[in-house]
Amino acid sequence: MIRISKILLIATLVFTACSTEDDGPGTDGGGETTSFDRGAMLENWADNIIVPAFSNFKSSTQQLEDLTLAFTAEPTEENLLALRSQFESSYIDFQTVAMFDLGKAEELSYRRFLNTYPLAASEVENKIASGTYNLELPSSFKEQGFPALDYLLYGIGETNAEIVGKYSSENYRNYLLDVSKRINALTAEVNASWQGDYKDTFVSNTSSSSTGSVDKLTNKYIMYFETFLRSGKIGYPSGVFTGTPSPINVEAYYSNDLSKELYMKALESTLNFFNGRSFNGGQTGKSFKQYLEFLERGDIATDINNQFNGIMSQATNLNASLKSQVETNNTVMLAAYDELQKAVVLLKLDMVQALSISINYVDSDGD
Amino acid sequence: MRSAITKYFNSYTEAAPLAVFRIGFGIMMLASIIRFWLNGWIEKLYITPKFHFSYYGFEWVKPLGDFTYLLFVICGISAFFVAIGYKYRIAIITFFLSFTYIELMDKTTYLNHYYFISILSFLMIFLPASVYYSVDAWKNTKQSFQRIPRWCIDAIKLMLGIVYFYAGLAKINSDWLFRAMPLKIWLPSKYDIPFLGDFMQQEWVAYAFSWSGMLYDLFIPFLLLWKRTRLFAFIMVIIFHVMTRVLFPIGMFPYIMIVSALIFFSPEVHHKILQKISRWFRIRKEKFDNELSLIYKPFKRKILTSIVAGFFVIQILFPWRYLLYPGELFWTEEGFRFSWRVMLMEKAGYAEFKVVDAETGKRFYVNNSDFLTPFQEKQMSFQPDFILEYAHFLADHFRKDGHENIEVYVESYVGLNGRKSVPYISPDVNLLNFADTFKHKTFILPFNDEIKGL
Repeated sequence: MIRISKILLIATLVFTACSTEDDGPGTDGGGETTSFDRGAMLENWADNIIVPAFSNFKSSTQQLEDLTLAFTAEPTEENLLALRSQFESSYIDFQTVAMFDLGKAEELSYRRFLNTYPLAASEVENKIASGTYNLELPSSFKEQGFPALDYLLYGIGETNAEIVGKYSSENYRNYLLDVSKRINALTAEVNASWQGDYKDTFVSNTSSSSTGSVDKLTNKYIMYFETFLRSGKIGYPSGVFTGTPSPINVEAYYSNDLSKELYMKALESTLNFFNGRSFNGGQTGKSFKQYLEFLERGDIATDINNQFNGIMSQATNLNASLKSQVETNNTVMLAAYDELQKAVVLLKLDMVQALSISINYVDSDGD
Repeated sequence: MRSAITKYFNSYTEAAPLAVFRIGFGIMMLASIIRFWLNGWIEKLYITPKFHFSYYGFEWVKPLGDFTYLLFVICGISAFFVAIGYKYRIAIITFFLSFTYIELMDKTTYLNHYYFISILSFLMIFLPASVYYSVDAWKNTKQSFQRIPRWCIDAIKLMLGIVYFYAGLAKINSDWLFRAMPLKIWLPSKYDIPFLGDFMQQEWVAYAFSWSGMLYDLFIPFLLLWKRTRLFAFIMVIIFHVMTRVLFPIGMFPYIMIVSALIFFSPEVHHKILQKISRWFRIRKEKFDNELSLIYKPFKRKILTSIVAGFFVIQILFPWRYLLYPGELFWTEEGFRFSWRVMLMEKAGYAEFKVVDAETGKRFYVNNSDFLTPFQEKQMSFQPDFILEYAHFLADHFRKDGHENIEVYVESYVGLNGRKSVPYISPDVNLLNFADTFKHKTFILPFNDEIKGL
């Protein structure tokens, strides 16, 4: 009996030691399994959503760089308009990848370099004037990316002619081009990692621990929705956290009527991700929605879809320019925030609880 | 009856089990402290946060800045001294005080097993754990006894028995037994455990685990007490705790319980263990085997037994204090802590605070991450006493910022054991109108469901 208990003790301890390995691959030995196939969900996320979104965005930022080159080579109003239109579509495309802050993107602080706003406009002017700057420094988050392009293409003059006039200065041309190039270069790097090894790393990491891909991306997704979509696009401009509306905090502040479109695209992208709809829109695959349905919590998935519908129908009341919305009738903005808030509760509380995913990386003990 | 009690208090037994327990306890505690430090948790839990949630009445217990590390050093050294039995009484008192101080610094980190360590070390202050096989006994033969009063060992057994039995009682409720909650939520997410991953997806497994967990907790103390089932029971202890270790992030606790359960074994087993240790460290065990019994003077015995008896009366009654509160215990959590309610709930919340200027009506929401760590925010969002304390903190903070006529409201949602999230705290109540007390918190909204059972 003593011997049996010793063997048992050793066997169980070995078992514990093995099973606490965090990065072990899943145990799908093929065949019939009744568990939800997280690997297939990761594959759908990667193959049908993330990779196509980045690859599309990469061509978009390439275009952006090309047209910036054309404009700086020949600063005409016509070229300015062409560049602006590309800027707008690139900024919209960015909304389809902004939530995927992991892997290379996380490592590079990709999102912070591309879209930290409000822009430090006076700093940008100082740097242009001096002609010396290093956009790779973390301290320069607020001086580049789409907010900088927004300013440089719309904010530096009253009229188009006046703006074009600024580009007679080489310093302006250089700064504009550097910002464009940097957006494209960073995107190329992130895109290349998804085209390369990172996709397999991502898909094969089906671990249930907080380092597993599902846990990580779920956390990133919810954090994006709460912090960048709810607070960033609506909360801060409407002064939800200060009591005082703050138009300068609107995304795409200078181009003025782009902000709502960015908001709508971000909503659509987060909803599509929830439902597992492919980037090209053609099909739906394994997703949060299916996962919840598998766990017999389809009711939560329905609630979330309904809430997204509620948010979108509320958004029809919003002015195309969130800046003028904040300035003229902020209550519509506050109403938008309230609708978003309901979705945060469903995602961050109900969904995450049903999936038994822990919402932060605090690895303390439980009891 | 009276003579039976007198007889009991006059019976003596080998001190070896208590010595083994002391050594095991000390080493486990030292290991826990080192592990805590190496995981970076001192920094993360006690240095980084700008604000700490205090226990009612213990608001003065706060982290000590960088001296917090010193506190852990003291705690670790005293644990080591307890293990080797050097200046035992001072060591165990120091351990009790430093460990308890650490636990009181921030209730965010509350765990039942930390509480268990605190009260166990308190109990050990009054037990003669160092009269046998210790540095103290080695150095001072006057303090060396091979035998001690029987109650000194039974006290530890009773403590362990209370922990298990009450944990079992707490599991007798409809969520645990008839909805298999929260295991039905937790187990499927362990799909990647070797061999058992697919198994965890089955609904009946959650039920089987729930029921066997309840039965295990209720009966294990008795199975350990009875000689004929003891070995079987100990094997169950190992399997049960290793299982919990595999399934949940539960730290050192399973090992502490496994080592503690050794105390139920006969003195012979403990002598064998000590012989092993003696061989490794070349200690002359015979020196301790002096056939002497530790006999307390009547007055001292009376004091010791009164303290220990009083301690157990409190331990037995305290978990029932929840009966004094209205409402569902799992929902209000009034009387939930310090009662061996372990792993009973999957509960999470979301709380958004609104600061209002009562005169102008100007209002704004609080960004919780400005003040709380993610872990604190998570714990705060579903516990009313946390919510209240945080509301007062926010008021103080914004007053200092020059805001006036402050009122603080919270919009909060809580989901419990797979139920859909519903509003938790009354959103129309200015939380500043309430001070924290032991009284029922009337601003908690009703549960609107029923969990039957103890």
